[in-house]
Amino acid sequence: MQHHQILRVVTKFNLPLILLFGLYVQFHGDYGPGGGFQAGVIVAAAMILYALVFGFDSSTRVAPPGVLRVCSAAGVLVYLGTGVVNMLLGSDFLDYGSFVPEHPSRGEHYGILAVELGVGLTVASTLLLIFFAFAGRSESKGTD
Amino acid sequence: MLLAFLVVTAVTIIRLRDLFAVIMLFGLYSLLSAALFVALDAPDVAFTEAVVGAGISTVLMLATLALTSRHEKRPTHRAWLPLAVVLVTGGFLVYGTFDIAPFGAPDNPVHTHVAPRYLEQSAEEIGIPNVVTSVLASYRGYDTLGETAVVFTAGMGVLVLLGGAAGRLFRRRKED
Repeated sequence: MQHHQILRVVTKFNLPLILLFGLYVQFHGDYGPGGGFQAGVIVAAAMILYALVFGFDSSTRVAPPGVLRVCSAAGVLVYLGTGVVNMLLGSDFLDYGSFVPEHPSRGEHYGILAVELGVGLTVASTLLLIFFAFAGRSESKGTD
Repeated sequence: MLLAFLVVTAVTIIRLRDLFAVIMLFGLYSLLSAALFVALDAPDVAFTEAVVGAGISTVLMLATLALTSRHEKRPTHRAWLPLAVVLVTGGFLVYGTFDIAPFGAPDNPVHTHVAPRYLEQSAEEIGIPNVVTSVLASYRGYDTLGETAVVFTAGMGVLVLLGGAAGRLFRRRKED
């Protein structure tokens, strides 16, 4: 795909928009449609588009598989950690009201943001890892 | 109208032997389903269906196709027994739908159990306008935690099965 000038220019123009939309869906999911899962897949789709147009090598430089593996586990830990913090604050697991005891609904809001962040992190990095696992196989089949 | 398109796409997918065209039609099928979800006022689900179904899974299937062959082999014999099993099971499922409550009736169990409480109380208890998010992340927080763990486990499973090749390629490129 090195010679497709139009594809490269259009992709470069669209990528920041897609990523920005992903962030919007992530952090606006409590007001509009969307949330962590949707944002995660949008970000992963943007990166896959990048990998399709600019190649496997440059995309693994942007998102090294090692970092993705750590992010994938970190997302689950962020989710679990939110629940554990609730327990340390003296309420039930994943009962976000305890973040702001005098104002439980605000605490719920913070809790939801935190767990959605964890979901988004895990979904985006896991989907990219799966894609790289497939793409890496077809690449190595081509070079061998 | 959308349902008719869905049926046409599904039948075409079954008839075709060119797997490349089948994958493209799968993408189309997902896009039509996403449009159907929007028509049913479920934008959260439509989002996911459009990105995962029409986008990412199409790319993954194309990557798989690059590793295998493009055409499906012709079956060597007619499989009558599986057809009979499928027909009988399908018949039972259709029979089961006769017992389902009528679509949209206000006294359906789905509208009388926890849904009204979520819709009425979530503005006070959670304080965010999107009820889907508050059910997903707060009322049903354990379920979503489980889902996240499932996604993580699935990714690790694929890495254990396939990741060796990508890792080796990555390391070899680095050494060069």
